[in-house]
Amino acid sequence: MAKYLLLKHYRGAPAAVNDVPMDQWAPDEVEAHIKFMGDFAARLEASGEFVDGQALSPDGVWVRYDGEGRPPVTDGPFAETKDLIAGWMVIDVDSYERAIELAGELSAAPGAGGKPIHEWLEVRPFLTAPSTVTE
Amino acid sequence: MDEVALRELVPQVLSVLVRRGADFATAEDAVQEALIRALAAWTDEPPSDPRGWLITVAWRAFLDMARSDAARRDREARVERQPRPGGAPSADDTLHLYFLCAHPALTPSSAVALTLRAVGGLTTRQIAQAYLVPESTMAQRISRAKRTVSRSGLDRPGDVRTVMRVLYLVFNEGYSGDVDLAAEAIRLTRQLAALVDVPEVDGLLALMLLHHARRRSRTRPDGGIVPLSEQDRSRWDTDLIAEGIAILQAALARDQLGEYQAQAAIAALHADAPVVEETDWVQIVEWYDELLRFADTPIVRLNRAVAVGEADGALAGLAALAGIDEGVPRRDAVAAYLHEKNGDLELAARLYADAARNAPNLAERDHQTRQAARLNQLLRRRGRPTGRDGG
Repeated sequence: MAKYLLLKHYRGAPAAVNDVPMDQWAPDEVEAHIKFMGDFAARLEASGEFVDGQALSPDGVWVRYDGEGRPPVTDGPFAETKDLIAGWMVIDVDSYERAIELAGELSAAPGAGGKPIHEWLEVRPFLTAPSTVTE
Repeated sequence: MDEVALRELVPQVLSVLVRRGADFATAEDAVQEALIRALAAWTDEPPSDPRGWLITVAWRAFLDMARSDAARRDREARVERQPRPGGAPSADDTLHLYFLCAHPALTPSSAVALTLRAVGGLTTRQIAQAYLVPESTMAQRISRAKRTVSRSGLDRPGDVRTVMRVLYLVFNEGYSGDVDLAAEAIRLTRQLAALVDVPEVDGLLALMLLHHARRRSRTRPDGGIVPLSEQDRSRWDTDLIAEGIAILQAALARDQLGEYQAQAAIAALHADAPVVEETDWVQIVEWYDELLRFADTPIVRLNRAVAVGEADGALAGLAALAGIDEGVPRRDAVAAYLHEKNGDLELAARLYADAARNAPNLAERDHQTRQAARLNQLLRRRGRPTGRDGG
């Protein structure tokens, strides 16, 4: 088994094919999308491949250490050009091919006009613990 | 014996151990150990005297813990303890436990965890599941909380106010898991109300009951939010409402008003309206004004602006909103609602979209997105330009 992170972006990903802001969709298209997302997570839980899923607020700041005795430096809000992560799903699957297959299904979530969004998702393998047998 | 009845024994058993001379932190671990054993063993064969069983098993667990602790410190002589005569646990002991777990030196999350374990009798695993953190994290939080309580002195515990704040947090921020934290908060507040004679505790209990009465109609099957105005009021729990109102009226008659009674009064006025159109918004605004005397927060002012909008019209509501800081959570949502009420659909749609972007949770984001989508569809049908056409 191998773990993969599926990352969704507010900004910074290539433009989706069906790229319309959600508040411009018809109300029943919004409903269909919300239902799809809920069903997708439930299906992965049922198949034993779901690990975690979280959404992030678009707010945030950069923070760094500023030396002994000084409070950390913060820099925010983010610049309009910053790549902005919207949320993630962690899956634990048998193969790279399965991870790609699931990301593809998630990207097909329905959007404006009831058609798939074709959103670009980032797929990242986890670095894992070393295996017991090494030679 | 069901799990809740079992958990009701936990603070009593803990009190007996402490009265026999056990230190609070170890005694609490020992009671947890006995509780977990009871949960495993009693499903087949519950004992005839559950409390006696728990006390015996917890006391043995305490002796084992004290013994291994003492061995580690190479002071085995200290284990020669014999139980002092215990006697029946008193109400004062349970009340003292509440105060201890709401110790002012504890952070809110620590006080919540310790209260749920030592007074509520939940296991660490259940508390961890409810707050969506790993069990080891919750175990650490609880043991640090106990160290803090021991260090800060058991003789300077919290008071009824700090206990109420903890119980309110448990009720209001109950997430998920197999334990209904809202129901647990009600149980613990009920128990507290029986121990002390403070109208605000009754106010808090009434507030919880009145909100809990609406739980079935508050969420859609998919977890989405149903706003108060759209809830199916036939699904409200009329028994809980009647109980909440009776408790509130008795508390108000004592003439020692406080923020929980004022909040409960607002909830009661909503509960009183068989249909949303019959809501007594004028009285609700008056209660928000009372509430502001005790808790002048932006959130209260925001909710008051909604009530003013219903009582005196959208423009009055917008005027009440004007003084509230732009950054206050949910301000966009309230502004959107009032502008829609005032007929400015384009501005309202933009504000709903902003509210969705700034929503503090997914359910609310989805709800505000639906509102924006609804208005934008309306505007498209009327032939007004929206972002979809205009880009």
